[in-house]
Amino acid sequence: MEITKDTIKHVATLSRLAFNEEELDKFTDQMGSIINMADQLSEVDTEGVEETVQVVDRDTVFREDKPEHWQGQNRETLMANVPEKANGYIKVPVIINKDEDE
Amino acid sequence: MNFKSTIGLEVHFELKTKSKIFSPSPVTYGAEQNTETNVIDWAMPGTLPMVNKNVYRLGIMVAIATHAHILPTTHFDRKNYFYPDNPKAYQITQFFQPLARDGYIEVEVRGKKKRIGIHEMHIEEDAGKNTHGTNGFSYVDLNRQGVPLLEVVSEPDMEDPEEAYAYLEKLRKIVQFTGASDVKMEEGSMRVDTNISIRPAGQKELGTKVEMKNLNSFDHVRRSLAYEEKRQEQVLLAGGHIQLSTRRFDEATGKTVLERVKEGASDYRYFPEPDIAPDHISQEWIDQIAKELPKSPFDRYDDYVNKFGLKPYDANVLLQTKESSDFFDAAVAAGADPTLAANWMNTQVNGYLNDHRVSLNDIKLTPEHLAEMIKLIKDGTISSKIAKKVFAETIANGTDPKKYVEDNGMVQLSDTSVLAPMVKKVVDDNPQSVEDFKNGKDRAIGFLVGQIMKQTRGKANPKMVNKLLNQELQSR
Repeated sequence: MEITKDTIKHVATLSRLAFNEEELDKFTDQMGSIINMADQLSEVDTEGVEETVQVVDRDTVFREDKPEHWQGQNRETLMANVPEKANGYIKVPVIINKDEDE
Repeated sequence: MNFKSTIGLEVHFELKTKSKIFSPSPVTYGAEQNTETNVIDWAMPGTLPMVNKNVYRLGIMVAIATHAHILPTTHFDRKNYFYPDNPKAYQITQFFQPLARDGYIEVEVRGKKKRIGIHEMHIEEDAGKNTHGTNGFSYVDLNRQGVPLLEVVSEPDMEDPEEAYAYLEKLRKIVQFTGASDVKMEEGSMRVDTNISIRPAGQKELGTKVEMKNLNSFDHVRRSLAYEEKRQEQVLLAGGHIQLSTRRFDEATGKTVLERVKEGASDYRYFPEPDIAPDHISQEWIDQIAKELPKSPFDRYDDYVNKFGLKPYDANVLLQTKESSDFFDAAVAAGADPTLAANWMNTQVNGYLNDHRVSLNDIKLTPEHLAEMIKLIKDGTISSKIAKKVFAETIANGTDPKKYVEDNGMVQLSDTSVLAPMVKKVVDDNPQSVEDFKNGKDRAIGFLVGQIMKQTRGKANPKMVNKLLNQELQSR
């Protein structure tokens, strides 16, 4: 799989990241080597082998439907790393985009 | 040029659990912002999600009720997206191996029956709630983050807005009567996204679809689809092309407005959730859930009309909610006459609920109370006039009807040996009435009945008094 500058730009947009030209070149190179290394795995013949989605040796781990407040929890602790807050809410730049197209 | 529409619906139901899908955070409606969320919901380092068994159980109920095939092995996947309503930057959902596939429901539109396929249904977590301020900021409340959802994805089997409407009504009713969800669109426990594309009649290949999200009433679904049909037609006729996009319905103008150009599925970079082991759903468990599944609204309707002889209208009023249908069923099981029980439910009980803005769960009247009261009416112990007083007392204070009637001397007086002398006396005392009666004035009887009622403080059995008076007057 070829990693181009456009691939990196696209992934950056999805992740809400902005890179300058220098960074773009660097990440294109780095991501290219990483993906190509991982791509070696596709050389293995996996015909008829069931897909592995988990490697832990257990399955069907359920908990009962019992509500519980996190011990010692308060909103302040949970929101300690929230950059901006207001009245118990997390404050973020406005989200909705009201583009009128007609 | 004629166009054909292709409509598919994605319906999200909030499942009625006490705690979230992957964490023990409580799920309540209307809690103070960011107080019912925890480190697991936020995916803080070192935390692990753990699946709530009840979420599967409720999802399986809906799968059974819609004839879907439940997958023996499922697993969760991550859907990656960056948006402030989800601090994890991914939603845990089921993408590759959903809970169930290939279901269907049957609808009737314009007298024609049609089967609408259900492509798949899966369980997943809800995101937080954004409130948009006018000052350039949005405010995020993560109480809803991690609330369990069941998403039911239809096949693109609907061809016009009416079919979509019928499908939604039927699906809502089915889910409502499993008890898996509150299905209240106004509270967000049922949410509808629609997909619609149009293509020139005769063209096989489907047109580019437009998605509309978070429509908050069935009527908006119908209106927005009708608007989109027209809009897309105009675009195509003008030589334009439809953009793969998400639009929203603007209530004020009745138009749909572009929200964003859609990300393709690959942009979500789905991959199996590494923090949760796969789940095996045994046939034994499915069988057990099937056994516990509440009776469907359609079977109930059949019972009400064909077994109990209720009028279709009354049956439908009872079936507006599962709670009222359950209440009625319990009253009948406790020995109530079905017709009387339905009448009391649909007039007096509903009247009380509306007047006091409460639900059946909030009142003190039990199905057993209602059954007992109806029995007292049927066996002549109380008159229906007295019954209204008993009802008012029981529904307000939970007083046992039988005890209340006995304690307050409300038992109807039907004893001939007591009533006959009273009748004789009242006729003796009112010679004019005897004259009037002989002259064919029916009002005379009414006057005399009134006298007896006055003397007995309304307790005399009116039928009995009428009969005795007639006999007495004719004998004179």
